[in-house]
Amino acid sequence: MKAVVACGALALDVRRIARRRGWELKVIPVPALLHNHPERIDTAVTELMEGHDVVALAYGDCGTYGALDRLGFPRLEGDHCYDVFARAEVQLALEEEPGTYFLTDFLARTFEHTVWRELGLDRHPELCEDYFRHYTRVLWLAQRATPATRVAAERAAQRIGRPLVVREVGDAGLERQLEALLDRLG
Amino acid sequence: MTDEEILQLLYDETLVGNAPAVRDGVNEGLEQGLAPERMLYDGLIPSLEEVGARFERGDFFVPEMLIAARAMQGALDILRPLLAETGMAEVGTFLMGTVKGDVHDIGKNLCNIMLEGAGFHVIDLGVNVPPEKFIEQIEEHNPDIVGFSAFLTTTMPMFKANINALEKAGMREKVIVMVGGAPVTQEYADAVGADGYSADASAAVKKAKELLELRREKVPA
Ligand code: B12
Repeated sequence: MKAVVACGALALDVRRIARRRGWELKVIPVPALLHNHPERIDTAVTELMEGHDVVALAYGDCGTYGALDRLGFPRLEGDHCYDVFARAEVQLALEEEPGTYFLTDFLARTFEHTVWRELGLDRHPELCEDYFRHYTRVLWLAQRATPATRVAAERAAQRIGRPLVVREVGDAGLERQLEALLDRLG
Repeated sequence: MTDEEILQLLYDETLVGNAPAVRDGVNEGLEQGLAPERMLYDGLIPSLEEVGARFERGDFFVPEMLIAARAMQGALDILRPLLAETGMAEVGTFLMGTVKGDVHDIGKNLCNIMLEGAGFHVIDLGVNVPPEKFIEQIEEHNPDIVGFSAFLTTTMPMFKANINALEKAGMREKVIVMVGGAPVTQEYADAVGADGYSADASAAVKKAKELLELRREKVPA
């Protein structure tokens, strides 16, 4: 079976889209926490590819600054997963307010673990302002605005102490890109 | 405590980000006549350099770095006026800011602390600084070096925009330009026409001093 290696922050969405579209695709997730250590992503991806018929990477550049591209597999366009879902909205939002902090469904639901704890804020809550002093709002780019994820997004915004704004961007951006990647393979 | 013990304490407690202990250590040192320069150069700075090295190796992540920087900042707040009094020669003036559209500032702040520790007079313009503001502030403060920090691929092009603005204002020759931030490389710095780049705060201090010396050799004051 054809396989894609996907960032953990996108893997669930990739699986859902594949199911919806009836694609036979194995999705191999890479720990999303590597987002904070982008210099380790290419090695992790290479190790996970072993033994699979990998045809593409469900990854943006994600701070690897070209290292992922050098592996020689097609990948999603965009600098990071926010771009992958909603490039135009991201650009617009940053022009409107440079202090915009983005959430996706994944980030909202895993915020405590992937952001709060990773940034050491569970042990050092006093650092919150050091991180977020210049942020003015939290913008949730919602894939599926379910009540549970909304609660999670609200809690994340509350943690940071900034207002939450919601834009329902869906997952069409990712779907289009996956389709293009798979089309390229024929 | 002996002087050596105090210096060791400053080193150890900065490393683990114990700000109150560092502050107490500095005060105790001052009480017993330990020179502010020694506390800085033989305790605090080596410790923050070690923090940087551990970060590079992956043993420390951002929070460990931040608490250490806070501890160092607390010590600097006490020492700053005293260092000025003892007439520690100012190495030069460094104007620093995160470029327009970007609000990442941890890396920049760390550079500022190390630059200040090394004797630079640092003027921090904060984040999301547009080219006009850099120009205006260079006019006002006449710094030796201006530093641009960027952490997003989409904001890196502001380096070039800033340098263009400097040229347009006829200031490019007047000031040394340094650039840095996670996505920046030496190649990129060369491509936009910056004078210097460095990957971390310790290297930034070294590079800044080096560029300054070169400039002063060329243009005798
Ligand atoms: C901490 C962090 C944050 C913090 C920033 C807090 C703050 N106040 O700065 C928070 C959590 C708030 C954050 C937010 C975002 N971030 Co962020 N962040 C990081 C992270 C994990 C570490 C960066 C850092 O501060 N390192 C610590 C410093 C000390 O280390 P350093 O970079 O090596 O710094 C040294 C050098 O760069 C140098 N230096 C720095 N400036 C200068 C200047 C000069 C003149 C010189 C000479 C040297 C120099 O010296 C420094 C000290 O040694 C990186 C990933 C990574 N590991 O790099 C992502 C990263 C930079 N972020 C990223 C992204 C996408 C975002 C967000 C968009 C995410 C979101 N959910 O919204 C937002 C930004 C939104 C916005 N409006 O700008 C991406 C950027 C991708 C890209 N291609 O552009 C990265 C690479 C993560 C990734 N894997 O995708 N982020």
